[in-house]
Amino acid sequence: MDLSYTPEQQAFRAEVRDWMRAHVPAEPPASFDGSLEGFEAHREWEKTLHEGGWGMVTWPKEYGGRDLDLIRWLIFEEEYYAAGAPLRVNQNGIFLLGPTMMEYGSDAQKARFLPPMARGDEIWAQAWSEPQAGSDLAAVRAKARREGDEYVLSGHKIWSSRAVNADWAFGLFRTDPESERHKGLSLILFPLDTPGLTRQPIAQINGETGFAELFLDEVRVPVENRLGEEGEGWAICMATAGFERGLMLRSPARFQVAAKQLVELYQAHADDCGPATRDAVLQAWMDADAYALSIYATASRLIAGGSIGAEASVNKIFWSEMDIALHRAAISILGARAELMPAAPGAGDVGDWLDGYLFSLAGPIYAGTNEIQRNIIAERMLGLPRK
Amino acid sequence: MDFTFTEEQAMMADVARELLAAKCDTATLRRQMAEDAVFDDARWQALSELGLQGILVPEEAGGLGLGGADLVQVAQACGAVCLPEPLVDLAGVVAPLLAECGASDALARVLEDGALIVLAHPLTPFVAFADKAKAAILCDDDGLRLVQRADLTLTAEPGIDPLRNLFSVSAEPGAGERIAGPDTAPALLARAAGRGALFAAAQMLGSAQACVDLGVAYAQERKQFGRPIGVNQAIKHHLATAQVKIEFARPVVHAAAVLEPDAGPQSRARISHARLAAAEAADLAARTAMQVHGAMGYSWEVDVHFHLKRTLALSSLWGTAEHHRKIIAARVFDGPLGPDQTFPQERHHHG
Repeated sequence: MDLSYTPEQQAFRAEVRDWMRAHVPAEPPASFDGSLEGFEAHREWEKTLHEGGWGMVTWPKEYGGRDLDLIRWLIFEEEYYAAGAPLRVNQNGIFLLGPTMMEYGSDAQKARFLPPMARGDEIWAQAWSEPQAGSDLAAVRAKARREGDEYVLSGHKIWSSRAVNADWAFGLFRTDPESERHKGLSLILFPLDTPGLTRQPIAQINGETGFAELFLDEVRVPVENRLGEEGEGWAICMATAGFERGLMLRSPARFQVAAKQLVELYQAHADDCGPATRDAVLQAWMDADAYALSIYATASRLIAGGSIGAEASVNKIFWSEMDIALHRAAISILGARAELMPAAPGAGDVGDWLDGYLFSLAGPIYAGTNEIQRNIIAERMLGLPRK
Repeated sequence: MDFTFTEEQAMMADVARELLAAKCDTATLRRQMAEDAVFDDARWQALSELGLQGILVPEEAGGLGLGGADLVQVAQACGAVCLPEPLVDLAGVVAPLLAECGASDALARVLEDGALIVLAHPLTPFVAFADKAKAAILCDDDGLRLVQRADLTLTAEPGIDPLRNLFSVSAEPGAGERIAGPDTAPALLARAAGRGALFAAAQMLGSAQACVDLGVAYAQERKQFGRPIGVNQAIKHHLATAQVKIEFARPVVHAAAVLEPDAGPQSRARISHARLAAAEAADLAARTAMQVHGAMGYSWEVDVHFHLKRTLALSSLWGTAEHHRKIIAARVFDGPLGPDQTFPQERHHHG
């Protein structure tokens, strides 16, 4: 065990820091869920990142990455968030579909889809949930009918993040019409500007349209758009869900930066705060630190040849609950101003805490509710009976 | 950067675990409790022969010259079985303190003869098994002194943990041998408190996992409404929540183990964080296991209460929660923050 960075790792940190200092926009772009302009500004940032070679540092070089290990990925993320760089509009692509495609995709699919994904030319949305298939994802009804060299897609997808403005989506479809539950499902990629597809934005509690409903009516895509074997969709989705809940989706640096901002907010108002608020601030800092240590431990284990399992569910519960507690602490510090929007004349230093708080409340819901995660921990990690 | 244990470290923990499984199962502990003999000389002898007392003692002082990362999983194993004998205190706190004091004769007795020497630290005034000790380290205004058993006055202080016999320890002024003066004693005691908190955290971490395991085993086996109670989400979610607490205490405890205990505010805060996180995990796990067991959980027959009581004890030693939060506050409100500050650059072991 050696918990110190090598000189090479320190030099890498300095390299990332210098690049971020030179390239991160001074004014953060508008939210990618709030407007097309915000979305496109984030796409531009993805292009800038890619040109610098920083789009996806763990990816192989042939797909625009740097082939770096997970410790370097963590260092990169630390400098990324410390620099206040924009959120990743293509997170569904680069963190979820990309790793899945590298594992299950054909060489032709990798060559076709990964480079434009890395460049930000094609932004991806996820199309798994349906009105009747949320936590019970295996209840998927959307169909993919095989006709010659094409699939004909029909059905109703919902809660599809980024789908309002994204270019492509990866969806779960029933390729075997006689099948039930987990069997007979396939993962199929489809463009979002294709005939037969209607997108209906859904307003979120913050007023933005971060997700959409997708109505597919005889949408035709080539058979080559199927990722993995026909009927293998469930297993592939579960692998993707592992990435989503696991390391990539929420890197610890994001929370460490938020905890630092919380401490600064507390120190600016310490005279108005009591011991309960102090303890909440300290707890937020400790939790962000514990999350970082846990991910370093997982990364080290993976580098040593281990694999990720139910700890992806453990992580998801922890960071989502930490995020809410952290924002609640900030709101308690802000007092009467907590309800003001940042542009209000009396807002002072309210910043984005309110918006962040609303978003944190989605954490225990998306990417598999925390109730589902607790089932996974209980059944797969602890060995409690399913029935 | 490598946050994994070495093969040697894993092996050392395995050896300790095997020995404890053979000699410290709860049937044995219950028999020894009934015989009013929870300190088992044979078990102590067997543990002593593993040589764990010397892990943190430098090689030139006759020890193994290893670090906290070599002992932390052993301490977890001891916590998992509620080991009565104070092996963790001896190996984790007393032996390195004797080495730092240059008390070579006393250290030789610990390392070579398996002698128990105990410490009456201001943060742990009630000393477990002082009656079994050959000597005790006492604190006074003039520093630290080592007092032989014959010169000690022991007063039994019955406690809630049935597996640890507690004593107040005192001696006549001037009794014993001065091993640290008033100028060095505060720093030595601070380092001892850091190690004490760290290894108490490790024991609580082991206890926490043992409690979840007890709860899981019972939930698999106990049937109500014609099926195991473990199929119910209410039970599953209780146990999963406790496991999540454990998962985010463990890396903190392990990261704290490689630090010098008093190297600076960041190291101190990490150890205090480990102590708080492990205590929370152990407390929640014990209470969860109790709840999962239903009425059985409140019975003497089920082992959960041993853990509940041990955690109550360990989480009250080496400083209260508020004591540790103040240490963390000093680091958070005055130290460097941000994602590049996860690993203290203060002096530390490469365990």
